[in-house]
Amino acid sequence: MATPTIDRPTSTESATQTITIIKGLNMALRACMERDPKVIVMGEDVGKLGGVFRVTDGLQKDFGEQRVLDTPLAESGIVGTAIGLAMRGFRPVCEIQFDGFIFPAFDQIVSQLAKLHARSQGKIKLPIVIRVPFGGGIGAVEHHSESPESYFAHTAGLRVVACSNPVDAYWMLQQAIESDDPVLFFEPKRRYHEKGQLDPTAQPLPLYSSRVLRQGTTATIATYGPMVRTCMDAATAGAEDGVDLEVIDLRSLSPLDLDPVFESVRRTGRLVVVSEAPGEASISSEIAAKVQQECFYSLEAPVLRVTGFDTPYPASKLEEEYLPDLDRVLDAVDRSLAW
Amino acid sequence: MSSPERWTQPQPAGTPAATAARPTSEQVIAGLRATSEGGPELVQLLTPEGERVHHPEFDVDFSDEELRGLYRDMVLVRRADREANALQRQGQLGLWVPLLGQEAAQIGAGRALRPEDMAFPGYREHGVAWCRGISPKDIMGMWRGTDHGSWDPVERRFHLYTIVIGNQCLNATGYAMGQRFEGKVGDDNGEATMVFFGDGATSQGDVHEAFVWASVYDAPLVFFCQNNQWAISEPTERQTRLPLYQRARGYGFPGIRVDGNDVLASLAVSRWALEECRHGNGPVLIEAFTYRMDAHTTSDDATRYRHSDELEAWKLKDPIERVRVHLSRNGIADHDWFDAVQAEADELAAELREHVYNLPDPPTERMFDHVYAEANPVLAAQRDEFLSYMSTFAGGEH
Ligand SMILES: Cc1ncc(C[n+]2csc(CCOP(=O)(O)OP(=O)(O)O)c2C)c(N)n1
Ligand SMILES: [Mg+2]
Repeated sequence: MATPTIDRPTSTESATQTITIIKGLNMALRACMERDPKVIVMGEDVGKLGGVFRVTDGLQKDFGEQRVLDTPLAESGIVGTAIGLAMRGFRPVCEIQFDGFIFPAFDQIVSQLAKLHARSQGKIKLPIVIRVPFGGGIGAVEHHSESPESYFAHTAGLRVVACSNPVDAYWMLQQAIESDDPVLFFEPKRRYHEKGQLDPTAQPLPLYSSRVLRQGTTATIATYGPMVRTCMDAATAGAEDGVDLEVIDLRSLSPLDLDPVFESVRRTGRLVVVSEAPGEASISSEIAAKVQQECFYSLEAPVLRVTGFDTPYPASKLEEEYLPDLDRVLDAVDRSLAW
Repeated sequence: MSSPERWTQPQPAGTPAATAARPTSEQVIAGLRATSEGGPELVQLLTPEGERVHHPEFDVDFSDEELRGLYRDMVLVRRADREANALQRQGQLGLWVPLLGQEAAQIGAGRALRPEDMAFPGYREHGVAWCRGISPKDIMGMWRGTDHGSWDPVERRFHLYTIVIGNQCLNATGYAMGQRFEGKVGDDNGEATMVFFGDGATSQGDVHEAFVWASVYDAPLVFFCQNNQWAISEPTERQTRLPLYQRARGYGFPGIRVDGNDVLASLAVSRWALEECRHGNGPVLIEAFTYRMDAHTTSDDATRYRHSDELEAWKLKDPIERVRVHLSRNGIADHDWFDAVQAEADELAAELREHVYNLPDPPTERMFDHVYAEANPVLAAQRDEFLSYMSTFAGGEH
């Protein structure tokens, strides 16, 4: 599918290095702030503290309080003022401290941020990134483990992406900041400390594209964010039993880049979609609908989904049961094979 | 002390300029910011040195028994708080939100409530919970991850903890509107509601909307704001140029600043505010000027953003120590009595620990329970399918 042309971000570093997702995000913010004085960071505790996850560590010290704003405690305020700042030529990168706290900003996001470009006939561009640490698995209390991405993918005018690893975190955040559209940028918080090898001279994929992470022949798995690691582990476990899974990291949730998924399903005949988010009326339903439309004659089994349940996120002692795991993914593959 | 008109008049002359709340950077560095006495309007009945002082508008007498009771409350809730903090450090709780330093604000407010009043907490209100008869044990499940709050909020007249900053202020406003609509307001037997939130919360739209709604519907609601000087890493200056209690005037109701480390002042002012509400003169805003003596939560490292001088200065204003001095200096309590309270606190802590060790994990089906009040076939099917899947692991690692 067509993706907007984005200049390839340049990097000041050159040697390959080991980074975590947090480090990749921090480096990306720093690189963008160095390149463009209009890039500003705003959010609760992002300044002196460096964010509760330390993603913005050191930025206020180096760029000052006018480029890294410790904002009042008001999410509607963060996004609403970012819109005004963007109209004035700034490129705000907003941090929402946890997934469950994006809802006070929901009105500004869906009523203004998403619609202003269309309403103004393209005269107003809102190059705003909203970073959201999302998903569970960290033993947290209520509102700290949610997966609200489908609300935003459902809203025209917003782009929605989710990174799954440190290298993508580094490139995708820079690409998101350089995008002229508002981008909801979901970060898999339970994978924040996982490591990867960054080659800053490599050519990144376009932002709005999916990626085949593992080639396989038995069945296709489409997933994103924190579930990518889970599905890769399932593929490793499956390989021991002769189940050869193809794993696709969707990366972009709106627009979806499904061509690689269609191509894969035409070969394997089977698809399992995996997400932490509940399944009803979701991104996973959208994928199932599109694949059944495009690949109807290639399918050997209906598209199956492994998702969080349609319940409020449970108390953390139950999250292991709530979250899709390796066994549930392989069970779905078995059911697909047995169809 | 108040008629609603007093608060709807224009600002009296001589009120400090709006920027007066802003410290110089030198003050901040010197750790002086938060330790300023809270301004001339601060209501105080017991000084940090344990001296009883009199206030023209809150000239309240407390019996010896009452004084001992307040001391005991504070010692017990602090002991439970420290135990819970230790339990988190030992991996028994996922997270703990300490109340250390805010005992007087919370016990004063909590003891001012009558059984038929309603209270809406944030997430740090372990002291208020105590006064509502919610044992520290009942709070543990939420932080261990076995439930989202275990008590019956309707029966106990104490809502479940609210984590999303500010949400509860509107819920409390609606509850208080209901008290008024049902004719439960207007005389000494009237009902009232109290809602708890922090200095950071005062920036949320929900809180401002609650101020508007409560005021135009004359809701019998006491807004109890604990200004503990910090919202995680952000000092109060990130939220306001004006002392917070003065915000009330803009919405047309009384705002008052009380020494939040003085349990007598907190109790007296809260009682007065609740009385106003019972009689139909609500709402009222109380700003309890206090200090968060520990980190924001057990996940937080406060040394990254605040000076230890500040904490040291506030330790001299400890809410419990001043009552202790007052009780002993005036012969209201002796050594044996203090020892007995300490022993009771240690016993409470031991019981709490035992309780946490033995808290059972919830059954899997719990997450599907009560999502809806009425039957939902889609969810029921999901639940049955998952339970039958889980049963295939019976005896295994699951
Ligand atoms: C809507 C929302 N945004 C962000 C948070 C994360 N958060 C939890 S506590 C807190 C600071 C609250 O400060 P304050 O209101 O002063 O209360 P205190 O914790 O000091 O008692 C923040 C930002 C949240 N819980 N809810
Ligand atoms: Mg606070």
